Amino acid sequence: MKNKHWAMILATLIMMMVISGCKKKTPPPPPPPPPKAPTATLSAEPNSIQPGQSATLTWSTENADDVTLDGNKVNTSGTQSVSPTQTTTYHLTAKGPGGSQDATAQVSVAQPTPTPTPAATPPPLTDQQVFEQAAQDIYFDYDKADLRPDSTQVLAKIAEVMKAHPNWKVQIEGNCDSRGSTEYNLALGERRAGSARQQLIQDGVSQDALKTISYGKEKPVCTQENEDCWQKNRHDHFTLVQ
Amino acid sequence: MLSKIRKHFILLFIPLVLFSCSANAQDQIKTGINMGAPLVLAVPDFKQANADPGNAPLISVFNDTLWYDLDNAGLFTMVAKSFYPSKTPGLPNEVTLNTWANPPISAVMLAFGNLGVSGGKVNVQGWLYDTKNPQYPQVLGKQYQEQASVENARHIAHEFANEIILKLGGIPGPTETKIYFISNRTGHKEVWSMDWDGANQQQVTHLGGIALSPRVSPDNSRIAFSDLGRDSWQIRMYSLDLGKMVSFPHFGGGNYSPAWSSDGTKIAFSSSMGTGFPEIYIADASGAGPRRLTTGKTDVSPVFNPRTNAQIAFVSGRTGLPQIYTMDTDGSNVQRMTDQGYAVSPAWSPNGLLLAFSWVRRYGPGIPGGADLYLMDIASRQIVQLTHDGGRNDFPSWSPDGRHIVFESTRSKTEQIWSVLADGTHLQQLTRTGRNTQPNWSAR
Repeated sequence: MKNKHWAMILATLIMMMVISGCKKKTPPPPPPPPPKAPTATLSAEPNSIQPGQSATLTWSTENADDVTLDGNKVNTSGTQSVSPTQTTTYHLTAKGPGGSQDATAQVSVAQPTPTPTPAATPPPLTDQQVFEQAAQDIYFDYDKADLRPDSTQVLAKIAEVMKAHPNWKVQIEGNCDSRGSTEYNLALGERRAGSARQQLIQDGVSQDALKTISYGKEKPVCTQENEDCWQKNRHDHFTLVQ
Repeated sequence: MLSKIRKHFILLFIPLVLFSCSANAQDQIKTGINMGAPLVLAVPDFKQANADPGNAPLISVFNDTLWYDLDNAGLFTMVAKSFYPSKTPGLPNEVTLNTWANPPISAVMLAFGNLGVSGGKVNVQGWLYDTKNPQYPQVLGKQYQEQASVENARHIAHEFANEIILKLGGIPGPTETKIYFISNRTGHKEVWSMDWDGANQQQVTHLGGIALSPRVSPDNSRIAFSDLGRDSWQIRMYSLDLGKMVSFPHFGGGNYSPAWSSDGTKIAFSSSMGTGFPEIYIADASGAGPRRLTTGKTDVSPVFNPRTNAQIAFVSGRTGLPQIYTMDTDGSNVQRMTDQGYAVSPAWSPNGLLLAFSWVRRYGPGIPGGADLYLMDIASRQIVQLTHDGGRNDFPSWSPDGRHIVFESTRSKTEQIWSVLADGTHLQQLTRTGRNTQPNWSAR
């Protein structure tokens, strides 16, 4: 019986070793508590100024040992006067063992009323533009080539601008509406161009500066069969021929 | 009242046409023709002379053309084909004359024949028989041969029809004449030509400007017209003989509406070259020596009296709205022909007795629009209305036989060319593509 006895003691020892092996480790001593994170506040007073005025920045931090305001080292809390010329955002950065914290504050600066720039002189009008401003179409009554009162006024304007540009040559184009006969309308268109030409010469324009042509009813500006369109077609049109 | 004038006018008019013609008229008429009453004519389809497969398209065009020519000649009443026997003759020995002379057909004349293609040629034989003369019925016997083509089949039909018209009517018919006109179907107004029945429409000018008022010379060698080129309206000349434009003098101002004297030696036209206002000028056919004839300041559309070449009719707006006038070719003796409304486009009949023109007789705001064609007997100043069916009817032009008028009308909505007999019957639309205006009938 000696073997059994030693086996039991051995088993117990083994069991004790195993059991003691499964036991939790003894927890290490607790680490010291982590350092607190820094806090930072930044404010501007007033936060809106006119150009030339100042505002006061005020800040405070906690748990920070390295505080910068827009890159400049400052105390952990303090004030500073600023006079920005335009709207500016200020940045405070607080660093400490616990980390880093930013804060911002904005100072708005009212923009001055811009000095009005003097009006630019418009580029000079081309001959074509000067001509077109003056040379509106003139209109005629049905089957008539006589000038209406408003037409003489338009022609007076044309005469003025032509006399100011004696090198100009102008073509007067006489037109008719779609009613009436092709050949007679060519003749009527000639009469209408001729009426304008005569008036311009009376107003002092040189004969050599004027050319007339009839388009009869061959070049309508519109094609509806109504009085509105017919009236539009009964017209003289003026073009600068140069 | 108008219808009475019309009746007298027609009875006056057709005999005038027949009597006033030249000497070759008298011996043509073998059987009596009642003045003004048309001849009853039977024209069965020509038969195929052989079994050539090329016959079918040619014979169909031939028969249609022959029928149209005779139906619209202004001389005949055509007996409808529905009355004809089922077997119709193609050769003289196939004719049973009394079938055609008796009711229901009751024809006075019978035209018949045959057509056959062989060896690339088309051969046509045609006869005209007097149904009341069984002993010697033949009035005409004709034979034709041309290269086989649809165009030539058409041409032979026109020739044969013209022979019948000449024989029975005393003067050549219109079937071989041409009509010149303006068409915009290419995108530009150009001069075009066509056969009298509207077939064979061909573009003549290719100027890309605006061509107006074509007038063919009396010898068919040239067409005068007015064209807007770069910067002015000029009288231009196209040579039909050479197939190209030929030169014509360039005048100042605007130049419009050329017209030929019937002997081809003079041209009248409207021009603002002198005074800056359009007046009637006369010049040699070459354009040399232009002379101003009028002083109306809005004078246009001259036309010679083709019988005498001593008078010109024209349009003038000298009193306001355009009216028709006549004058001697030296500008003297100006006579006003219309007294109211809006009157344009005078066309002198070949016999010198009538003026056709376009008229808005009652004119003004609120009056229903539309222009109609009228015929005026110059001596008596009596006027007959030719068209009634609405639209704007303008630019009448007479056929050389004086029986037909071709004109421009908007009755089918757009401007197209139409033809009509001088009694107002047999209206035919000749054009359909694009807008077609200002027709001018060749003189022969």
